Amino acid sequence: MIQVLLFAELQEKTGKAKIKLKAGHMTVTELKDVLIDKYGIKQLDKVMVAINEDYAEDEDRIQPGDTVAFLPPVSGG
Amino acid sequence: MENHLFEIVEEPIQIEKVIAKVVRREAGAITTFIGTVREWTKGRRTLYLKYEAYVSMAEKMLRQVGEEVCGKWPDVKIAITHRIGELQISDTAVVVAVSAPHRKEAYAANEYAMERIKQIVPIWKKEHWEDGEMWIGNQSETVSYAEGKPIIKGDKH
Repeated sequence: MIQVLLFAELQEKTGKAKIKLKAGHMTVTELKDVLIDKYGIKQLDKVMVAINEDYAEDEDRIQPGDTVAFLPPVSGG
Repeated sequence: MENHLFEIVEEPIQIEKVIAKVVRREAGAITTFIGTVREWTKGRRTLYLKYEAYVSMAEKMLRQVGEEVCGKWPDVKIAITHRIGELQISDTAVVVAVSAPHRKEAYAANEYAMERIKQIVPIWKKEHWEDGEMWIGNQSETVSYAEGKPIIKGDKH
């Protein structure tokens, strides 16, 4: 099981803040493809990904039990 | 580093309390940056803003900003509080307080911290206008990422 967190416009577009995916090991890119296929998200190029609250790259691997957050470009301050 | 130096809060920020966290006998200067909600941006009138955060990671990234600052300016002490939720015009959204023996480092460290907050801390702003609303971040009115991604690794000198 992988827990996916969506924020800001991603959360609004999909209507979901959290998604639980039955999935094993995969890369960030593979997970992005799953989200694009299943949840009507058009593109995730500019979206940052964090695995267990650490920023990750596309080729990083996700393990079952991980929390993976999709973070649109930030605008704090 | 003390955790309470870096906070995401939902209630109004008490600026004096953030400043008090960095007061110490070694300091000869304290710089305070106060980020407030602006009414007009590029000719468009904002009615109010809504900030959202990935709170646990945002506090962790604020701590990282603090570590970067202390790496570059070892004599400073820094505290950052960012507010989330619905904010009205002129409300305080963020306070960065830095104390240092001398003012130059206090100014420089404060500016650096604010730049990094805008790059790596997972907080999002939604502007509500008279005629619509939009999440800010991938828009030209804020920081644009040349490579499409923020620089995650700060430079620690």
